[in-house]
This record gives sequence, C-alpha cells and structure tokens, in this order.
Amino acid sequence: MLRDAVLVAGKDLRIEGRSRIATNQVAPFAVLILVLFAFALDADRGLLTRAAAGLFWVAVLFSTVLAVQRSQALESSDGARQALRLSGLDPAGIFLGKAAAVAVQLLALQVLLGIGVVVLYGAGPSGALLLVVTALAATAGLAAAGSLYAVLAAGLRARETLLPLLLLPVLAPVLIGATRAFEAALEGAPGMGWDWVRLLGVFAVVYVAFGTLAYGSLLEDA
Amino acid sequence: MAPAVRLRAAVCLLGTYPALAGVDLSVEEGEVVLLRGPNGAGKTTLLRVLAGLLPVVDGECEVLGHDLRRDPRSVRSQVGLLGHATFLYDELTVAENARFWARAAKRTSADAHAALDRLGVEPRLHGVPVARLSAGQRRRVAIAVVAARQPRLWLLDEPHAGLDASGRDLLDGLVRDAAAAGGTVLFASHELDRSTALADRVVTLAGGVVRHGGAAPAARATEVVHAP
Amino acid sequence: MTTLRDETTRTGARPVPASTGTAATRVLGGVTLLALGVLLYLAFVASPAAGPSQGFDAVRFMYVHVPSAWLAYLSFAVCALCSALYLWRRTRSRFWDLLAGASAEVGTLFIALTLVTGSIWGRITWGVYWTWDARLTTTAVLFVMFLGYLAVRRVALDVEVRSRRAAVVGIIAFLNVPIVHNSVQWWRTLHQEPTVLRTDLSPQIEGLMLYTLLFGVLTFTLLYAWLVVHRFRVAWLEDRLEAAGLGRAIAERRAEAGLDEDPAVEGVPAPAGPAPDPSGPAGRTTPEVTAP
Repeated sequence: MLRDAVLVAGKDLRIEGRSRIATNQVAPFAVLILVLFAFALDADRGLLTRAAAGLFWVAVLFSTVLAVQRSQALESSDGARQALRLSGLDPAGIFLGKAAAVAVQLLALQVLLGIGVVVLYGAGPSGALLLVVTALAATAGLAAAGSLYAVLAAGLRARETLLPLLLLPVLAPVLIGATRAFEAALEGAPGMGWDWVRLLGVFAVVYVAFGTLAYGSLLEDA
Repeated sequence: MAPAVRLRAAVCLLGTYPALAGVDLSVEEGEVVLLRGPNGAGKTTLLRVLAGLLPVVDGECEVLGHDLRRDPRSVRSQVGLLGHATFLYDELTVAENARFWARAAKRTSADAHAALDRLGVEPRLHGVPVARLSAGQRRRVAIAVVAARQPRLWLLDEPHAGLDASGRDLLDGLVRDAAAAGGTVLFASHELDRSTALADRVVTLAGGVVRHGGAAPAARATEVVHAP
Repeated sequence: MTTLRDETTRTGARPVPASTGTAATRVLGGVTLLALGVLLYLAFVASPAAGPSQGFDAVRFMYVHVPSAWLAYLSFAVCALCSALYLWRRTRSRFWDLLAGASAEVGTLFIALTLVTGSIWGRITWGVYWTWDARLTTTAVLFVMFLGYLAVRRVALDVEVRSRRAAVVGIIAFLNVPIVHNSVQWWRTLHQEPTVLRTDLSPQIEGLMLYTLLFGVLTFTLLYAWLVVHRFRVAWLEDRLEAAGLGRAIAERRAEAGLDEDPAVEGVPAPAGPAPDPSGPAGRTTPEVTAP
C-alpha cells in the first residue's frame, strides 16, 4: 500500500512539476485572495493584522478546493482513471498517494502565503513550533478530506460547483482549529493552541482512515 | 482446467441501455479470439466487462477462475486492456509512463523498457512527453504499456487502428507470442484479413448478444466455424 | 441489483398500486394527524407560558423546535446507517439506498424547520436571530452538508455509482457532527460572549411543559415515520418502473441481432415501437451473416 502511495504521489508531483498549474495559477490565486481581503477590510486600523490567521486559512481552504480538483483532473485525461482501476494498484495506496501529493503542494503554498501575510498584513511570525505543527496537522486533514471529496465529484459535469458545496462545510472545523492555533501562536500564548492541534490531528486521522477504507468503493466506478 | 473466460446470459447496462443483452461466451486459455460485428454490437462493452470496468447486472461472468460479479478486483492485475483511449499521462515522457504503469502492475522498469523495444519505440523517443507523439507512436506506447504488464488475459479493442504496417506486424507477433506462452487474447477488429489470420476462432456479436462462435471448439465439435 | 431478474418478473406479475398508501400507513397517518391535533392543544392551550428568560409565550416554539431538531438528527443517523449498510457488500441492496435518500430528504425538511423556528425564538428571547452557539452552528453546517448530499443524489450518473457516492457523503456528513460540534464549542468557550447570549439554551422545564415536549417528540417521530414510508415507496416505485423497462429494452436489443431463439420475443408484439424483425432493423446487422 505504501509502495503504491509513493508511486502515485511521485507521479502526481512530477506531472505538477511539468504542467506548473499549481505554481502558475493556484499560488497566484491564493495571494490574490490575501490582497482582496486587504481591499475589503480596513488596512490601516490593525484589523488585517488581527485577522491575519483567519484570512490565511481561508485562502488555504479555497486553494485546497482548486488543488484537489486539479489532482482529479489529472486522472480524467485519456481514460487514466480507468487505467488506475485496472492497474492493480491498491486503492488505499492511490488515495494516500494523491492526498500526499496535494499535501506537499499545500505546504509549499502555505510558505508562500505565510510570507504574504507577513509582508501584506504586517503580522509577525512567532511561536514557530506551534505554527509548523498546526500547518502540518491541518494540511493532512485538508488533503485527506479534499482528495476523498474530489473523487466523489469526479466525472460529473457539475463538479466545479458541487465540490465546494460538499467540501467547504466539511473543512469548517479545520478552518476554526487552525485559525485559533495560529492566533494563539501569534499572540504568544501557545498553551491553548495545542488543544486545537489535537482537534486538527483527530480530524486528519478520521479522514485519512475513512478515505483509506472508502476510496476503493468510490474509484470502482468513477 | 477452468476456461479463461466464461459468460452465461451476461447482461451489462450502460445507464438503462442493455449494451450486452445476454452474452454466452466461453474461451479456453491460450486461445486467440477475434470479436467482430457491426458498430454498436457490444464488442467494446464486452471487453470492458471482461476487464472488470463495467459491472454485469445479470447472468454469470467468470474470468481466469474469478467471479467478476463477486470480486471484480482480484483479476485486474492479470488482465491487460488496450482501449480506444491510450491511458497515458500527457505531461510525462514515454519512459516515465511505461515505468509508472509497469511498476503499478508489480513489474520492473526493465519490463517496461523491454516492452517499448518490442514495439519498436526508439530510445530517442523515451524522453519525449507523450503529448508530443504522433497518434501512431502513442498507440505503440499504449500497447507496450499493456505488454509490460505481462497479462494472462489480453483484451485488445481495435489494436490495429492507427498503426502503420510495421506496427501491425509487431502487434501480431506480440499476440502470437502471448498465446504461445499460454496467454489468452480477445480482440475486436474490423481489419478482417489480418485478424482472421491471427485468430483461432471468430466470434460474431450483434445486438448485444453472440450470434456465432460463442462456445469453445471442444464444446461444439460438430459446428462449423463461420469465418468469412 | 443482485436480483434484477426476479424483481423484473415480480413487477410484471403484480399490478402497480395506484397510491403509496396501505391500510397500515393510513392508520399511521390517522394517528399522526390526531396526535398533531392533541399537540396543538397541549402546546397552545394547556401548557403554561414561561418566565421572561424564555420569552413568555414564545416558549411554545419549543414544542416544534426541539422535536424537529431531534428528528433531524435521527433521520441523518438513519441515513448514515442505511448508507453504511448499502456500502457493505453483504447487505448491499437498493432498499438501503432508497431508504437513506428518503430519510435524508425528510431530515432536511426538519432541519430547516429547526433553524427557522430556533431563529425566530432566538430573536424574541435573546434579541438576535443567530448566535454562534455550538449546537446552532453544528446544525447549520449539517444542513448545508445534507443539501450537498441531496445534490449528489440528483447528479446525472449511473444509478449504482451515484448511490455509492451518496452513501459515502451521507456517512461523512454524520461523522462530521461531533467534530464540528466540539470545534465550535471550544471556539466559543475560548472567546467570552456578551451577556445577552449567555442565556442557558436548555432551560429547566417541568410538569405539563415537559409532557408536552415529550409528546411533541413522539408526534414528530410518527410524522417522520409516515413521511419516510411514503417517500420511500415513491422512490421504490420509480426504481421498479426503470427495472420493468429493462426486460423490454433487452428484448429490443436482442432483436437487433436477428436471433429467433426467444419465441416470447418473436410471438408477442413489442409494447412500443415496431415488432422485432428477424432480419434486424436496417443498418444494424451485417447482411452477410444469417441466423442458423
């Protein structure tokens, strides 16, 4: 299973590296969200600095929708999804591999957005350990839940509209948890933050486990 | 020994349309069977059913000793399907595609490269992204991907389409070798001269059922094989 | 789909019912109606108004609000359970899928009712339509997730594929309830709220108010059962209708081959379209091959 996961993740990342959709479209989109928030909110009153954590994670959430949609689109070209079913790859391995590839892209995106938040909103990074652990736990949950839902909406004509409707409510706890943990870290009170990291961890474990079990059944006829 | 393929009154629906309306077919291991019939007869659907891509909703369906209705997954690693689509990732190179699919089927990169050589895909093409290949070259790579899996059951949908003369010869050689090694081959083709020469038996489909040649030779000793 | 053929013949043998009601469901409907009448009396006449903290007469919202909330969660639990039974290979049957769908539809109705009544009641007692309380937020998120579930049930896909995807969504939506609830609860407790919103959401009730509430829960459960039975039967009949068309579709399809092996197909004129022609419709069969 893990061998298959590594194989699939390697394949997805290599394709992303070649096509550069993630770097050329998803990343600029995420940064654009940060800029739009600055337009919508008052930039001078410190509001942006206080809201930085939440805005950061909203941008990540929207980018997750795009990233998982893209990850499924790879398989929709030229019958590749059928080929995956025929390949003899373990469905759980395919799920973990695709989720891992999405997670790597999301982490890279978060580094970029982090810089953006510091530059654009003037939020200073502090509590580095909590920030990093939160990002890892939240990303695992986002990638797992996102990959699971992306295959649910795969092959539908309505997928662009259906996926956000299905996915965003599910990701609400991640948004809440990651934002609070980030705020705790930025305010220099990491104590409470770790409770949120635990919640993010539970979320990630639930979705990785459920996806591992259910993906086969979903891929079966996608 | 159980036949490689055994279908009894198999029904397969595409939506509510019965693409297969009760197929009876039996194929022994090592046989090369040509599926023929007009467009819309159900040839492609039949191949996809045997690969486990489409479910059989009624009747019986056994492939390589496994009941496809109960567990469609266990035969997959032993089946190679060449479809109308080539199942290749455009962004990856020829060699990367071949290696990925070979390793997915628990074969080695060496198997992948051997299969590419076998299909006459020159080494200079190995580093080229699949998107830049011609349709014929792409087809050869797709066949190599199937060959690299070393399947026990080959399901080839219009394998000759898009290939040049030398490609067709290479393909025929591949099929003969596969059968000689005990593999079973079912292929659909409109290239009647070449195909009937290649096949041990011709099965004619029409209207989602088998009209001719559904039983294996042993079971219909008195029947005349109807091959034009 | 395992007994497709049996179901097809069974539908053929039995006349299609003109309605989804039976003697049993009519009794159930009657009892439900009666109970609703009694509930109205208890809620508006018999039970007393509450104190100021619960908005005096507005407390009567409780007799609709609490039972609908309970029913919404019950129907989503039923939906998740049926979805799991559908996904599990050994119990897979259209029955569970259709029941899951029926339960989710009725549940979505109840959850909408919960949100609306809660919101109006909240406006009267607390002065706001909405508060970011854990229970409210969880309910709202659940509402959106089940709208998504119903959307998945309607996408244009092969029936079995769609059912399987819907089942996964139904299970996740329900699994997500405790996670959302906990996260929102922590979120609120970490941030102190203005005093107007600190009102206890589960007021102490006793006596006739308690009995009225319990009776409301019972009545709504009956209503739920009645609605689900009918919704399920409509879906089931739709499903049978499709399966009944299948036999004819197969006969028509086989007729393309020009085989005469099935005398039933040959002898009986097809219910719609031209009778099967042994030589096959023009253009569909190869002329050089003739039937033995």
